[in-house]
Amino acid sequence: MRQMATGKKGLAAMIVLMLFFLGSIGSASANEEPQEKKEELNVKELILDHVADAYDWHITDFGETSVSIPLPVIVKGRENGWQFFSSARFHHGHDSYRGFSIAEEGPYKGKIVETLQSGEEIRPLDFSLTKNAVSLLLCSTALIIIILSCASWYKKRQNNLETASPGGWIAFLEITIMSIVDGVAKPCIGKNYKRYTPYLLTVFFFIIFINIVGLIPLFPAGANVTGNIAITSVLALFTFAIVNLFGTKEYWKEIFWPDVPAWLKVPVPIMPVVEFIGIFTKPFALMIRLFASILSGHALILGLTCMVFLTVRLGVAMNVGMTIFSVILTIFSDCVELLVAYIQAYVFTMLSAVYIGLSQVEAHPHK
Amino acid sequence: MSLLTPDPGLLFWMLLSFGIVFFVLAKFGFPIIVKMVDERKAYIDNALESAKQANERIEGIKEEGDRILKEALDERVRILREANETRTKMISDAKEQAHVEAGKIIEDAKGNILKEKELAMHEAQKQIAALSIDIAEKVLRKNLDNRSAQMDLVNKLISETQN
Repeated sequence: MRQMATGKKGLAAMIVLMLFFLGSIGSASANEEPQEKKEELNVKELILDHVADAYDWHITDFGETSVSIPLPVIVKGRENGWQFFSSARFHHGHDSYRGFSIAEEGPYKGKIVETLQSGEEIRPLDFSLTKNAVSLLLCSTALIIIILSCASWYKKRQNNLETASPGGWIAFLEITIMSIVDGVAKPCIGKNYKRYTPYLLTVFFFIIFINIVGLIPLFPAGANVTGNIAITSVLALFTFAIVNLFGTKEYWKEIFWPDVPAWLKVPVPIMPVVEFIGIFTKPFALMIRLFASILSGHALILGLTCMVFLTVRLGVAMNVGMTIFSVILTIFSDCVELLVAYIQAYVFTMLSAVYIGLSQVEAHPHK
Repeated sequence: MSLLTPDPGLLFWMLLSFGIVFFVLAKFGFPIIVKMVDERKAYIDNALESAKQANERIEGIKEEGDRILKEALDERVRILREANETRTKMISDAKEQAHVEAGKIIEDAKGNILKEKELAMHEAQKQIAALSIDIAEKVLRKNLDNRSAQMDLVNKLISETQN
């Protein structure tokens, strides 16, 4: 109950903040001016802080008090064993609790560390439901509900095909699904495409849904999930597994004994090594591409928004001008990010399909 | 904290949630939708095909109807023409027959008249003879008082009549 109340308050605060962003720019800036002058804004810190994962869901600072939702911490320390507690115990990273604290500097900066009796700081096994993990779970649940309700709509009409022409969001989903099936899976994979469409569709909807949710700045959304390398690495790992587990004999032959002049294969196996490295670079590229483009998108929007506060020092006129400029640019880059959210999901799906298609090669007849 | 090091905790949650999402959606979600869309596509194609066939059949039926109508019209014209011919023929036949009948009647009438005339003539002769005899008697009564003269005259007359 208390958490929910905090959440509601946070939401209200967020809306007020949004109104400040979009509406009364001039007067708001004037009001903020003396406060902002006191402390230098460290843009780099702010951006990195926002795009990184966190143990509590920071919503906004309301005056001096920080409004955030504490999230559960699940850790297994070397000395303290399994521990399960709320991240509110850390008091925003200032306190330590049961031997655990959030490191303020060092290699584990921002992460939970365990302080051993010797004074040494080590990283415990950390399964905490961080901001990204919670966002991930929420999005996964929402995605399952959305797709399953769409599927059940069709299932109800299984025996009455005349009524199975959807409208509204189901039609929208259907168009999207069929565009992936007919536009990506079929041409990229070839005749075995039916076996892989569920995976490609899952990947596509997973990425695009989380991307778009990540662009909404209000509370339950807005986490930089697909811009986190752990997320994209798992996605790439799935593609890697599917490509290599279901690869044909011909696919492996082309890796270890490709159709090139013999001196490229023996005695020094140049081509096999290149091909073998290729197995890993393909999913690696998938991982980095998605991670980097979403991360940079978030960083860009945050940077543009920060421009409003940075230019406060330059006087009211300059600040108003730059604020308008910044808001226009932010809206523009938000639109671009929407496009990127789609493109990245599409590219990930398409490249996965291409890699799967490449692993489905069959011995081509000798000419 | 480096952005490029994947966090093991988050890796775990991601593996778990993506695994579940993948399992659930790949088993109960997308295949049903895709299958239904494919089935519906087949159904629509089928319906279009049968509509096309029905259209063709209707076209055939229409042609058949037109043909029958045309035939009926031709038949009507033929029947009318025949009726016309029959009528003309009947009228001319009737005329001819009437002509023949009239001729016969006239002939009969002529015959009758002739017969009547003969009869009348005969009667008239008889009457005239009787009258003549009467007259002659009256005339002769005065002259023929003697017997011999009477006889002569009778003989003379008989011979005259025999001649």
